[in-house]
Amino acid sequence: MKSSNNKKHLLTGNEAAAEAAILAGCRHYYGYPITPQNELINHMAIRMPQVGGTFLQAESEIAAIYMAYGGAAAGARVMTSSSGPGISLMQEGISYLAGSELPCVIVNVQRGGPGLGDISPSQADYFQAVKGGGHGDYHNIVLAPASAQEIADLVYDAFDLADRYRNPVMLLGDAQLGQMMEPVEFRKTPRTHQTVKRWALTGAEGRARNIVKSFYPVKGELETFNIRLQRKYRAIEHEEVRYEEVNTQGAEIILVAYGTCARICKEAIRRASGTGLQIGLLRPITLWPFPKEPLRRLAKKARAFCVVEMSAGQMVEDVRLAVLDRCPVHFYGRMGGGVPSSREVLKKVLNILAPEGTLELEIPEIPTELGKGLYFSTIP
Amino acid sequence: MQALYSAPETLIRTPSHYCPGCGHGIAHRLLAEIIDEWGIRGKTIGLAPVGCSVLAYNYLDIDMCEAAHGRPPAIATGIKRVHPDNIVFTYQGDGDLAAIGMAEIVHAASRAENITVIFINNAIYGMTNGQLAPTTLLNQRTTTTPEGRDPLAHGYPIRICELLATLEGTSFLARTSLSSPKNVSQTKEALKKGFKTQIEKKGFSLIEVLSPCPVYWRMSPVESLKFIEEEMTQTFPLGVFKDWEKAISAPGGQATKV
Ligand SMILES: Cc1ncc(C[n+]2csc(CCOP(=O)(O)OP(=O)(O)O)c2C)c(N)n1
Ligand code: SF4
Ligand SMILES: [Mg+2]
Repeated sequence: MKSSNNKKHLLTGNEAAAEAAILAGCRHYYGYPITPQNELINHMAIRMPQVGGTFLQAESEIAAIYMAYGGAAAGARVMTSSSGPGISLMQEGISYLAGSELPCVIVNVQRGGPGLGDISPSQADYFQAVKGGGHGDYHNIVLAPASAQEIADLVYDAFDLADRYRNPVMLLGDAQLGQMMEPVEFRKTPRTHQTVKRWALTGAEGRARNIVKSFYPVKGELETFNIRLQRKYRAIEHEEVRYEEVNTQGAEIILVAYGTCARICKEAIRRASGTGLQIGLLRPITLWPFPKEPLRRLAKKARAFCVVEMSAGQMVEDVRLAVLDRCPVHFYGRMGGGVPSSREVLKKVLNILAPEGTLELEIPEIPTELGKGLYFSTIP
Repeated sequence: MQALYSAPETLIRTPSHYCPGCGHGIAHRLLAEIIDEWGIRGKTIGLAPVGCSVLAYNYLDIDMCEAAHGRPPAIATGIKRVHPDNIVFTYQGDGDLAAIGMAEIVHAASRAENITVIFINNAIYGMTNGQLAPTTLLNQRTTTTPEGRDPLAHGYPIRICELLATLEGTSFLARTSLSSPKNVSQTKEALKKGFKTQIEKKGFSLIEVLSPCPVYWRMSPVESLKFIEEEMTQTFPLGVFKDWEKAISAPGGQATKV
């Protein structure tokens, strides 16, 4: 594929991520094969040599994350990608990236777990992505796209955010988003905020040497460093929260979902329109920093929240922490590769409104014009 | 008056954290001398490991990067791919390179990654109080083999040069020691050859340096040097195992005496 970036391409989300990375100036990619992210690594293998970049299939995800660490330390824009088990192996390296304040973009195309699990869509790596995952007090910036188009857009932003804050950025997708083909238009001018990396390792010619490290053995130094890291995180929380609101004005029930589940919730809202049910959606686009304030604002008006996830309930904890006891927070989840349907979501909403089962609803069938890549309820 | 000998510029003058009689300080000094002599301070990027030499960057006035335990070859790969004309070396202990980092070193070597590896073999885990290393000699006592290394229980020592010599990707492999002035100067020559290999883009080079750890060998510094010469070299013979210039290739085996 040529990087002619002002027309629509039909791409899997994985390919969109790879191509957007190249357009954002990434010339160093390291990865290890794992389903459901193979389209990404395969695309990089073809494209990187064409643009004079480095593609290297590492001997493991451990090696891949440290190769990316090396590239980042050397001042380049670097990407790696994986899924569940491979991301688990990368966690030590991600902690080192955060501790050494190195910019790096990591794509996690989530699959079902725990263990080897399966290769179906899942959102059960939320804790691992947003709560640190590796050792120590740190955060990844976590972006949650909901379409191939948004993957392309957010990959640009991921590189900018990583550079601006010298922090790892994780793009958290899933098997559905990664493998489904959708039309994608690449933003013409990537807003690449190419910072001058004076700290990078280039050889100390004509300047004082640079050291990239996360080791602070002198008493007190590490705490001072951690305080500075936390200040950076507070600044990110202040500046970088992103979310989308759908139909929240006057909604009785606010659905909260990201990625694939957010699209299913949008579908549920469409199916409920005209039935009198007032349902809205808050879709976090940044999972960390988490959109706490918008949730608190909505908690003043809504009757209840319902968090929908492909997990046993992970993001729901952050929603509860955000709204505390201002508003009841319900949960609907499917696990181990199960994907909720919009019908299941609507049934859950009815159950919240009338737990005794007195509320019935003719759920209309899906209007055909919605078949445009917005609807999916089952996975083949 | 003429100064006949002075400390290298690249060696930062600071109190050493190494124990008396430790080999790490000597190896650092050799590196600093070569960097000075060849005027490559501005081009060289070093990787410090996790191990006693974790603070190697406190002593070498060049761009340096910390690495997680065992991962210097992967990180060096990432750096070298961005700056192919810089000189990138890793500095690793035996636990770092031959235990936790075995996959990374073997694959960097098999890729003929154009980096130089300085492998400090002291047959022990120095930093974590003297446990068994992959290179611990048979019968050698360590904190985790208090009765001595028993091959049936703890396996046999791993010979890295011999192992890597079987890979087509390696261009220069040598084992030297720090046990005598002569051996120290041979170590310096081998290090130079490693850097030359890289500068001429000939691929992967590794210099294994037998190095004393008097503290966890429970010996005096002088006894440690004797131990290297009399015991260690029995298991780890000194020599050149691969040399692209002299077409020396000894897969799986015999070193050529230098
Ligand atoms: C992932 C990980 N595991 C374990 C350690 C603890 N650790 C620090 S140094 C070391 C062994 C170092 O031995 P070696 O590489 O031989 O270096 P030496 O101290 O002998 O020079 C270990 C196990 C660590 N820092 N990280
Ligand atoms: S413990 Fe051994 S290797 Fe570590 S500094 Fe002391 S002598 Fe050197
Ligand atoms: Mg050791």
